Amino acid sequence: MARQHKAIALISGGLDSMLAVRVIQEQGIEVEGINFFTGFCVEGHTHAIRNHHKDKEKRNNALWVAEQLGIKLHIVDVIEEYKDVLLNPKHGYGANMNPCLDCKIFMVGKAVEWVKSNHQEGFDFIITGEVIGQRPKSQLKRTMPIIARESGADDILLRPLCAKNLPETLPEREGWVDRAKLYDFHGRNRKPQIALARQYGLNDFATPAGGCCFLTDEKYSSKLVDLWQARHSRDYELDDIMLLKVGRHLRPEPHFKVIVARDAGESKFLEGYRKQYPSLYSTSHNGPMALIDGQFKNHHDVETAASVVARFGQGRTAERVEIELTLPDNGTQNLVVSPLASEAIPAEWYV
Amino acid sequence: MSDHQLDCQRLLCPLPVIRTQNKVKELAVGDTLCVVCTDPGTKNDIPAWARIHGHSLVSIEDKDDLIYIVVRVGA
Ligand code: SF4
Repeated sequence: MARQHKAIALISGGLDSMLAVRVIQEQGIEVEGINFFTGFCVEGHTHAIRNHHKDKEKRNNALWVAEQLGIKLHIVDVIEEYKDVLLNPKHGYGANMNPCLDCKIFMVGKAVEWVKSNHQEGFDFIITGEVIGQRPKSQLKRTMPIIARESGADDILLRPLCAKNLPETLPEREGWVDRAKLYDFHGRNRKPQIALARQYGLNDFATPAGGCCFLTDEKYSSKLVDLWQARHSRDYELDDIMLLKVGRHLRPEPHFKVIVARDAGESKFLEGYRKQYPSLYSTSHNGPMALIDGQFKNHHDVETAASVVARFGQGRTAERVEIELTLPDNGTQNLVVSPLASEAIPAEWYV
Repeated sequence: MSDHQLDCQRLLCPLPVIRTQNKVKELAVGDTLCVVCTDPGTKNDIPAWARIHGHSLVSIEDKDDLIYIVVRVGA
């Protein structure tokens, strides 16, 4: 009997990778999934933090997809290695700070590494849910061979949803999969995918609007660039990029910014960082938790931050609001400030 | 068979899942692992991860703002 062939699939949690797996499973290939966590992924935790998303099911889409497909999913932490992809993308950025082409090359390259280091598992090839022309920069006919070549995957990289528009790959040549049963999807029209999903009886799937991560988001990208400018260094830690997903960010001075929670869920989340960052909250009125990223140079900075925080609490119309400032290794101070009026906050403070 | 603990407090999903996955690789079939979390998302994600990998969920308990998820390593 012929050996059972195996593929590893890049699973983003969206519909395309889900369909790619189903197409290959239909051909009798055993599939396992792999998902990479860069720190920028749009995931359940952003819902978990904010109050108004409480009713939404807090699920990890990649895990959920894997369960629907009946495949194992390996989630890999690539936070450290990803820094080089984001900070030095050879192929540049997309519309925002998204280095999509380099990111794809990196992820397929990591899958190649996985196949090699798990050789006892006998994976024969790699599949992705890429579709030619779907994304403006990274999913073009021209970029498909670049990804295959620069990732080191070459012809063991198969894209079942658009394979018919691409040269034959090893699994097709060897007859492990039948090219005739693969697809020729292209362009931004998602109707063929939706139709195929129906055919497979899949009707609950995530449809990420911009892309698979926060780097495609304009506001998020501008906060990231602001962070680098303020620190005079293009670098980041996981805490930095997590905090960029939470709260309002206001920068009254180049040397510090105030991160103000937008609801109770975010306040609770920011509370967890009080041992690492200076924090402020009102003791006289209900109000949000706030963190300071950067440094205060003088008392005026402290007062500015406190009056910003007072502005977002229930004491916003009060004459005086008491604010407690806690420094991670220097105890607490109590301040009494007048809240800033909304019109007194310059628009350019909002990062 | 032995019992193990893993501290995932303050980590957001999917990090607790990744840590659980990596820890379970070091354990033997039948061992239990108690993962201590704070992200409510773990209550869905760790059981989902366990199901797809053939491990079983022993219990989920909320206590003093912490979530304790116990899984038993499958074959
Ligand atoms: S959207 Fe984000 S995760 Fe997706 S390819 Fe682009 S940079 Fe990578």
